Amino acid sequence: MQNGESKVLNQFRLGSQEALEALFRQHQRVVYGWILRIVRNPEAAEDLTIESFWRIYRAHARFEPAQGFEGWARRIATRAALDWLRTKRAENELSAETLAEVAAPAEADPAVTAEIRRKTVLAFSRLPPKLRITATLAVIEERPQKEVAAALGISVAAVKVRVFRAMRLLRKDLERQGITP
Amino acid sequence: MNIDRMKKLLQQALPPVDAEAEPGRDLWPAMKRRLDEKSAAQGAYFNWAWFDGALAAGLVGLVVLFPASIPVFLYYL
Repeated sequence: MQNGESKVLNQFRLGSQEALEALFRQHQRVVYGWILRIVRNPEAAEDLTIESFWRIYRAHARFEPAQGFEGWARRIATRAALDWLRTKRAENELSAETLAEVAAPAEADPAVTAEIRRKTVLAFSRLPPKLRITATLAVIEERPQKEVAAALGISVAAVKVRVFRAMRLLRKDLERQGITP
Repeated sequence: MNIDRMKKLLQQALPPVDAEAEPGRDLWPAMKRRLDEKSAAQGAYFNWAWFDGALAAGLVGLVVLFPASIPVFLYYL
């Protein structure tokens, strides 16, 4: 770690807002991108980026500079995004349209019709938030399981279990909707 | 269950997010506002707590020095 960066991290640990600003500007894109992958809603991702850095600032005294900032920030951001997913689930506002809002155009498989895609999104939105967040990161975004485990604060084995459970629940839901994956 | 098939289906329905996505605006001003609001709120809380504590201490002192005033306070409560 370079001396300048190390100095900023140490100042942040002491509660310096100047150091927070430096870290915010350096890492906001990574944190925003990570949150966007989970919530798939640009406006919510912006708000949650701010919420995450607020939580990061509140926890400054617990930060260990030797462990690095990005992984720690990602973990806090994941927690903030999970809280958001839970709230949305409780409010019953997570529609299929919201989930697919930032979907980039993909090379469509002719066998997968729009109706199947819609039902898949609906089934995915009905998964418990903990399973959905794990499946989003590990399956859809194809992030390394080690990275997903670190962000969620669980073991790699637990990530595998959650992915398996998510896929099983998803398959059952799709079968109830008349789709056999 | 075929995990690869499920994965393909999921990625067709919910394509991965653009890895280079950036916020649509500079988020620092909003972050700074939030920091300032929270600092002001904390300051207000501590001022109130200090004033409240001083008032309570004064009342306790008065009651200790003049126990006869207790019924008067109770009457006005």
